[in-house]
Amino acid sequence: MTHYLEFEKPLAEIEGKAEELRALARANEEMDVEQEAAGLDKKAATMLVDLYKNLSPWRKCQVARHPDRPHCKDYINALFKEYTPLAGDRNFADDHAVMGGLARLGDTAVMVIGHEKGNDTKTRIERNFGMARPEGYRKAIRLMEMADKFGLPIITLVDTPGAYPGKGAEERGQSEAIARSTEKCLQVKVPLISVIIGEGGSGGAVAFATGNKILMLEHSIYSVISPEGCASILWKDAEKMREAAEALRLTAQDLLKLGVADTVIKEPVGGAQRDRTAAIEAVGRALETTLAELLKKKPDALVKDRRKKYLDLGSKGLAA
Amino acid sequence: MNWITNYVRPTINSLFSRREVPDNLWTKCPECGTMLFHRELSENLNVCTGCDHHMALAPRERFEALFDGGIFAEIEVPAAVADPLHFRDQKKYPDRMKDARKKTGEKDAMLVVEGEIGRTSVVAAGQDFSFMGGSMGMYVGNAIIAGAERAVALKRPFILFSAAGGARMQEGILSLMQMPRTTVAVEMLREANLPYIVVLTHPTTGGVTASYAMLGDVQIAEPNALIGFAGTRVIEQTIREKLPEGFQRSEYLLDHGMLDRVTHRKDLREELITITRMLMGLPPAVMGELPKPDTNSKTDDQPDGTPAEDAKK
Ligand SMILES: [Zn+2]
Repeated sequence: MTHYLEFEKPLAEIEGKAEELRALARANEEMDVEQEAAGLDKKAATMLVDLYKNLSPWRKCQVARHPDRPHCKDYINALFKEYTPLAGDRNFADDHAVMGGLARLGDTAVMVIGHEKGNDTKTRIERNFGMARPEGYRKAIRLMEMADKFGLPIITLVDTPGAYPGKGAEERGQSEAIARSTEKCLQVKVPLISVIIGEGGSGGAVAFATGNKILMLEHSIYSVISPEGCASILWKDAEKMREAAEALRLTAQDLLKLGVADTVIKEPVGGAQRDRTAAIEAVGRALETTLAELLKKKPDALVKDRRKKYLDLGSKGLAA
Repeated sequence: MNWITNYVRPTINSLFSRREVPDNLWTKCPECGTMLFHRELSENLNVCTGCDHHMALAPRERFEALFDGGIFAEIEVPAAVADPLHFRDQKKYPDRMKDARKKTGEKDAMLVVEGEIGRTSVVAAGQDFSFMGGSMGMYVGNAIIAGAERAVALKRPFILFSAAGGARMQEGILSLMQMPRTTVAVEMLREANLPYIVVLTHPTTGGVTASYAMLGDVQIAEPNALIGFAGTRVIEQTIREKLPEGFQRSEYLLDHGMLDRVTHRKDLREELITITRMLMGLPPAVMGELPKPDTNSKTDDQPDGTPAEDAKK
């Protein structure tokens, strides 16, 4: 069943009507509804294009968090061969909010690391909704170190509401783990490509997304704070999330302008959740192109370029 | 810098103090309620004489007490684009900046300086919580980078005093990008084998702790400072239980292995001198009365990292 977002309600009605008609026709052989249903299909298609043409930042947030969007696991399963998960931080636990391991992109062996949100109640709880604890960041650090040692490019898939705000997470050094993970991203002498596939939530995202190239899906977001959080602090009203989403400039399009994102990957009409295969393939193509480009660079240049990218960032603001 | 400045601190202090004298000459300690006279309080580095509670200490005042003779030179910080996102909440960001500048007399939430402590040349940065909650935006990032670059150029240790609620939301993603940017600054110090010492002061939370403030070679905190990634309220709402007494406070972090030391403000100066000198391969500092230096000796710029008094021996 399609999961409709709030702003997709009118679309849901039309698509629902078309579906009902076809169900009726299946029950009554003499009924011919195809013409009417096709008309509704056409209307729905046009509406879908219109709705997604100029999504407001808040709507983008909703799409980025859409439960049916392909998640980290889906990308890994579809795009990589010989995926061999590697677990644990060798210190405390294995954090299921972070998955990662060895894999091949085409023929190239790589290290792939990402946040996994889960796709039903059971897996969401297991994955802690993609909110990593210090163990998750420390596992990522370990995998990045291994990749660096064996000269494997690193690909990170970012999709998290943020790092987990928990008692144990704080006690075990959530902030230190994030800081070290970001630091590791800046140290590795191999290409590091990050793809923001859904939600790039604050420091929890930065820890994986400090790369040579940042690719963002068309309707993904990347922000210092959630619009709801920002609204409750600055507007003193969590209901002002639309205004906050607007002000924060968190869309892939704004981030491209600001130089934070290097590439925006086009999504199928109606978002990645409407055509998961097409979205995953688009990410695959972008990854291959970007990786081929970065593999031409020498290890030291990769480190130098990555640092320069961050040092230069923001020197012009939005006017750039 | 002249040795003689060690003995003329009071006059220099008054020249440097830009902050207005508070209208109210009495401050009530938020911990124990004792009324503290402002002169007594500032002589005690804003630590309550009744209960040892460490109150906020603006970077400029902290540096006046920290550096020999209260003398330090500001390091120039490249200007940041004002209001890069044209951010507006209930108030315009430029108006918030204007208010903060007026209130503090500072440009932004980080002051970077160079000078000597115990005749040990250092670069130091101090974050100002009274400037928009010490929040980390482009300027704060620029300041840390400028400080690290200066430390590398002069081969000096870098001491950073943190105090912030986190990132500056009004700079959106650009404030978040100060996490990797400032980490690049830390990398510069690492590669030059220069000590990077962090002193966490109350409060240091959010993106600041999750970047430069947790990456020191030595991590020191002032007593009872709130230090953490997530806010206490957010955690309590998430886990639906009450957090233990002292959670996210310096002593709690020390117990959990997240800090090297918790040090009272009155002992910080001496401790920083001791640590930096050992890490820099310098002989023990001459504490107390200093011998009269050779008038021809040069004690300021020491590009090779060797303090002049040692070179003379
Ligand atoms: Zn007190």
